[in-house]
Amino acid sequence: MNAVLFLVLAALTIAAALAVVTNRNPVYSALALVSTLALMSCFFVALEAYLIWALQLVVYAGAIVVLFLFVIMLLNVQREERALPAPGAVVSVAAGAGLLALGVARAVTRTAFASMPAVGDGYGSPAHLARRLFTDYLVSFEITSVLLLVAIVGAVVLGKRRV
Amino acid sequence: MVPLSWYLLLSAVLFAIGVGGVLLRRNLIVVFMAIELMLNAVNLSFVAFARQLGAEDGQVIVFFVLAVAAAEAGVGLAIFIQLFRARETLNADEVTTLRW
Amino acid sequence: MVIAVPWLRWIVLWPALGVLLHLLASRRWPRLAPLAGPGVIGLAFATACAAVVTLAGHGSEAALVDGVYRWIRVGALDVQVALRVDWLSAIMVLVVTGIGFLIHVYAVGYMHDDPDRTRFFVYLNLFVAAMLVLVLADNLLVLFVGWEGVGLCSYLLIGFWYREPANADAGKKAFLVNRIGDAGFLLGLFVLVQTIGTLDIASIERQTDVLAAATLGGWPVPVVVGLLLLLGATGKSAQIPLYVWLPDAMAGPTPVSALIHAATMVTAGVYMIARLHAVYALAPVALAVVAFVGAATALLAAVIALAQTDIKKVLAYSTVSQLGYMFLGLGVGATGAAVFHLVTHAFFKGLLFLGAGSVIHGMGGEQDMRKMGGLRAHMPITFATMLVATLAIAGVPPLSGFFSKDEILWGAFAGPHAQPVAGVVGYAAAALTAFYMGRLFILTFLGTCRADEHTRHHLHESPAVMTIPLLVLAVLAAGGGFLPVPALVERVVGEHHAPHAPLGMLALAVALALGGLAVAWRFYGGAPGWPERVTRAAGPLYTLVRDKFRVDELYGALVVRPLFALADLGARVIDPALIDAAADGAAHLVRRSGERLRRIESGNVQHYAALLLAGALGLLGFVLIR
Repeated sequence: MNAVLFLVLAALTIAAALAVVTNRNPVYSALALVSTLALMSCFFVALEAYLIWALQLVVYAGAIVVLFLFVIMLLNVQREERALPAPGAVVSVAAGAGLLALGVARAVTRTAFASMPAVGDGYGSPAHLARRLFTDYLVSFEITSVLLLVAIVGAVVLGKRRV
Repeated sequence: MVPLSWYLLLSAVLFAIGVGGVLLRRNLIVVFMAIELMLNAVNLSFVAFARQLGAEDGQVIVFFVLAVAAAEAGVGLAIFIQLFRARETLNADEVTTLRW
Repeated sequence: MVIAVPWLRWIVLWPALGVLLHLLASRRWPRLAPLAGPGVIGLAFATACAAVVTLAGHGSEAALVDGVYRWIRVGALDVQVALRVDWLSAIMVLVVTGIGFLIHVYAVGYMHDDPDRTRFFVYLNLFVAAMLVLVLADNLLVLFVGWEGVGLCSYLLIGFWYREPANADAGKKAFLVNRIGDAGFLLGLFVLVQTIGTLDIASIERQTDVLAAATLGGWPVPVVVGLLLLLGATGKSAQIPLYVWLPDAMAGPTPVSALIHAATMVTAGVYMIARLHAVYALAPVALAVVAFVGAATALLAAVIALAQTDIKKVLAYSTVSQLGYMFLGLGVGATGAAVFHLVTHAFFKGLLFLGAGSVIHGMGGEQDMRKMGGLRAHMPITFATMLVATLAIAGVPPLSGFFSKDEILWGAFAGPHAQPVAGVVGYAAAALTAFYMGRLFILTFLGTCRADEHTRHHLHESPAVMTIPLLVLAVLAAGGGFLPVPALVERVVGEHHAPHAPLGMLALAVALALGGLAVAWRFYGGAPGWPERVTRAAGPLYTLVRDKFRVDELYGALVVRPLFALADLGARVIDPALIDAAADGAAHLVRRSGERLRRIESGNVQHYAALLLAGALGLLGFVLIR
């Protein structure tokens, strides 16, 4: 991807992320989250992670955020008086998070990475990914499926009116 | 080509924004959304590294993160529903009985 | 030459076996104690005789050794538990087991009606075992084990009738005063180890050149060691400054006083110095100190004895005084004479104590001589044997005391380390000895009986089990002067036998002895009223002497009270302020910090997340900086 495109998309992503965090209406936050996820998926495309791109849109944006919205609607969550707490807390947390980002930035810029190599055909394709999943990472795959089963059961149980 | 470090920096910034959201917002649903944001930032890092190294292992990890995030969202929101039914509130400052 | 003899250990084991037997079996067989108590000592005596016979067969330079086992092996220090019988220790062993046997037999009678009889024999057997360890030890550390053992038994036996607080106090006093001496002893051992790395007596004798050359803080090591060990000896053998426990020790039963505080335990210091003659020979300064300590003690104790009215107290101070003679002998290089006096003293002092016990027994427990008198008619055997003993201790020839005392006094003037001044003091003490012993004898046995009706009615001679040991000891006290003790000891120790004293000195000694007795007769036997006139004339001086020069009170003020004050300070100030405060303070601190720290659990999830962030930042920083 060329640099300009990247910078534009990055700016938009950051703006959307800030929108998620600072909006007083939770529904708007959810919508901002969808935007952020969609924008992120563009980066996945640029990095030739095609399956992941698809999954991101389907699972994250399509399922998870929808779930969020369902719950917000169900509970009739109101918009808040103030999104953020007292300035003091904001400043210190911002400082902390900022330090975190700076630290990572420092680590990243200190290391000399080679430029990205060319990758072969089918890199990031479902076929390749599937092969990896069902051979090298088979155990994790199976355990993850059990995890999803457990989550389903847990969600159902926890959602009942009388437990 | 955009160098790897740019992706990583973007990831760091998004992660930091997510951290801010988790620590500052009082509405628990929004806190949860901020957590999803953090997870996504990490996903970006993984995919970028996978690309850099020419291996797909990073993408496999993202796959799993996706699955786990879905499970987590489901269970977490169910818990919030229960919490709301018990306390009539989703304000983080009002659910602090597990204290000293 | 050294011969290995594996059965020497039985000399010690028989009495030890006696202890076990009494402890374990006497509940079943209460009549066991009177038989087994003396019995095991008799067996030990027999074994000792066998050893002596064996030794005699090998000439006077020989030694029998029984290496029992290796005790300590740390670095360069190698301590073997081994028993050694040469003529010096042979003499001691015979005295300990022989006189020990006689006194055990006597005690069977004396303690006949005592409900704690068995415990008595346990302690007494234990004492003999410990004393034998001390005497037979081939290594100074093993000797010290025996040294401490007899100290322990002394404490146990002095406070035997512990239900009376005064007796328990006397036992404690003995133990504590001895402890001070023991500290000196230990320090001496430390210096020895540091200088030559061994405590083996044979090795010490071989390394005298190393010892002679070494110094410690500018002082020659032999002098330091000699003086430190002397401190230990003054404790055990009741010399100045640590003699104060012996008069109090008379609180124990009389057989105890006879065995421990006359014949055996108190001689341990003398034996120890004789044993280490090799070290002391290198330190004439230390020997001079020994001699003067002995002479001074001999005189001081004799003076105090003049004014005592308790029969046992007179004998106690007499013992202190006679031990002073032995030290004097050691100090002037007349070791043979000193050991000779040790032996004869064991005979006549043992006899004197047993006789006093017989008197006390007959008088139903009375010990004050002012209430005695005229016992000659009622207790003839006791009277006769006590007469022999009194003459012996006064130094009347041809009884044993004359020979041994004379040898020492001659040594003071002509020995290798002669100290004529000490010799003169010794003669003065000899005169006083004759006087106060005569006083004792006359007040107790002669004249009219001053006891009350009831006591006079019950006056009786002691049973045979008590009088037979008296008779045996009387024979020994009378004829012991002809035993070749000095010659044998001198062979071991390496002294030359000094040519005999000139007739003049002998005559002087006899004159002083007879003179002292005569003056005593004049005072107490003839016209009554002399003693009262003298005491009135002496006035405050008499009170001072009778109160033993207030030495105990002096020690109390100088040592005991400051120590108690220090302990008090510790208990009332240091303990609460420092130690309790530290412990309580630590608990307090934990509690307070707990109260503060638990506020982290606010219940607010975001607070927890913030802490997580802080931790992550810290970790990141650490990784980056490294």
